[in-house]
Amino acid sequence: MTLPLPSASALQLTDVHKSFGATKIIRGVSLAIAKGERHAIIGPNGAGKSTLFNLISGRFAPTRGSIRLDGEEVGGSAPYRISRRGLARSFQVTNIFPRMSVYENIRCSALWALGHRYNFWRSIDRLHDARERADEVLARIRMTARRDTLAGVLTYAEQRALEIGITIAGDAQVILLDEPTAGMSRSETEATVELIRTVSQGKTLVIVEHDMGVVFGLADRISVLVYGEIIATDAPDRVRENAAVQAAYLGTLPDA
Amino acid sequence: MNRRSGAPAAASAPGGAATDTVRRYRSWAAAVILLLILPHVPGLDSSFGRSMLSQMGIAAVFALSYNLLLGQTGLLSFGHAVYFGLGAYAAIHLMRAINGGLPLPMPLVPLAGAAGGLAVGLVFGAVTTRRAGVVFALISLGVGELVFAAMRMLQGFSGGEEGITADRSHGPRLFGLDFTSQLQVYYLIAFWALVAAALMHFFMRTPVGRMCNAVRDNPERAEFIGYSAQRVRFTAFAVAAMFAGLAGGLHAINYEIVAAEAVGAARSGTVLLMVYIGGVSNFIGAILGAITITWLQVSLSDYTAAWQLYLGLFFMAIVLFAPGGLAGLIMMHAPLLRTAAFPGLLRAYAVALAPAVVMLAGAIMLLEINYRLSTQPEAGARITLLHVSLDAASPWPWLVAALLLGAGFLAFRRTWPGVTAAWQRATDEAGTGGTP
Repeated sequence: MTLPLPSASALQLTDVHKSFGATKIIRGVSLAIAKGERHAIIGPNGAGKSTLFNLISGRFAPTRGSIRLDGEEVGGSAPYRISRRGLARSFQVTNIFPRMSVYENIRCSALWALGHRYNFWRSIDRLHDARERADEVLARIRMTARRDTLAGVLTYAEQRALEIGITIAGDAQVILLDEPTAGMSRSETEATVELIRTVSQGKTLVIVEHDMGVVFGLADRISVLVYGEIIATDAPDRVRENAAVQAAYLGTLPDA
Repeated sequence: MNRRSGAPAAASAPGGAATDTVRRYRSWAAAVILLLILPHVPGLDSSFGRSMLSQMGIAAVFALSYNLLLGQTGLLSFGHAVYFGLGAYAAIHLMRAINGGLPLPMPLVPLAGAAGGLAVGLVFGAVTTRRAGVVFALISLGVGELVFAAMRMLQGFSGGEEGITADRSHGPRLFGLDFTSQLQVYYLIAFWALVAAALMHFFMRTPVGRMCNAVRDNPERAEFIGYSAQRVRFTAFAVAAMFAGLAGGLHAINYEIVAAEAVGAARSGTVLLMVYIGGVSNFIGAILGAITITWLQVSLSDYTAAWQLYLGLFFMAIVLFAPGGLAGLIMMHAPLLRTAAFPGLLRAYAVALAPAVVMLAGAIMLLEINYRLSTQPEAGARITLLHVSLDAASPWPWLVAALLLGAGFLAFRRTWPGVTAAWQRATDEAGTGGTP
């Protein structure tokens, strides 16, 4: 296993630990993800995949270890500081702004990245860049027709699409997607994979996913997280052949 | 396919925004005209009517500022009067300075209220907006009690419960205005109320204003799109405190006296009532609530000493049966106005109204008899209700009241299915959902 050079890493984790009380959830994870890489993290339920995302995105602070985003330490920073450094994430459980319209959900998600910050002296409707970005993202997630619908009344699949829309609206360079196809039908999953493929073009993507078809079709490299530790990081073909991974998954990985 | 059907909507968006702007200017122009003619409308053209309109204007600014907190940012405060009252104190002290010779015209006094509210809001906001939800609500209650106690102690500054006074007609004049008539005071209040309403309306449409909604809906996600939820709450809090202070400044000019009650819990509670009754997170709703509550306060107190009890019942009824408030009720009915089933709905309402009135009459009778006997036993058992004289010592009024209440309730229950059926027909036709 060859790690890319640190300077080329979009995201670098070094010996990251996280405990809740006496319970150790993440037990020494080291991982380097190169710029432009599509990286999947797989592992059985309870392995700590979501916790790892929460550490990287600032929801939790690591107990110890270092997390570098584009070479800068972000471990323990507030989520909004990490977001401002160009990392965006989606959530496994849909996490939208329910009483705002679909359009407003997207537009708000683009505001900071477009430099509008805590502006209270200009009407949001005069910010053409925010409007254009919102329209563009709406078209990408195919929700233009639902523009003025309240996000809270969307169907599950639509909320999942909006979840991705919120995540990509700020045009972040590093995107973390937490089970983007969970609970979706076959055709919805295919559409979502296509969407992920286009929106992650030229970006660094880290994805947690249970659907192995999605993982093996999308990822450049795969890390296998078991019980808080990464037991393998490699190209999809070689992960499939890895004995330790097969043991952990009991042969449930799809054939080539 | 989705993309195709969506294209026209996207293309029409800029045009939609333009007509929106036109509509907005038109409503503001209508508001200006309305405010100009209101004090000359028969029934409101008396000193009493103009005074009531002035109070409504003050209440509307206060309620709109509270709506920024509760409706737009999701911050439930039990101490918003602190900023109203301290703004009022800032204003009354400036008025006293003007009385003492400071060369400032009186119409600028409300700005001192706004500055006072903002300054205090920045200080308390920095501490209290660290948390939202229940913690914020409890801290706001504590701050309210703290400031009220301080105002009762700092007699030199606040005048305690007697308050301190100033004279609005004594100072340099702007456009020859001396504020000796309630009409001039009304127009001053109307002017500032309009400016404040326009600014608050604008604030809601700025990036921070929109992020207030986002933080209300989902503070956690707001942080993952780059915003500190605390900083957004703090900004909203400071702005709300500033406009509450402005309302306080108008209060100081209107009454020429400010006392400790201006920062008190009762006032904090009233503004909460106004916004809830009008409709939380609805701009027009906050104004409607302020007008309704002020009107009830002014007029209901003429009819009954127990008016606060009715206010409380009214509030409970709104919270239980119309959580969207008055504005919510209006918005529910707006799409039905043009349906063929709408007259049927009105008929059903009218049918249900009759037993509701009977039920209400019984309830009012019981309330009034009880209120009189328990609070003013020395006044005797003879009570006059709507020109009808009753003897509360005999069992008859009690019996009649209970009969009215019970029969009214039973009849009302029988008319209600008709209302829901008519509602169903109307909403089916209009293609909207919901229940009455």
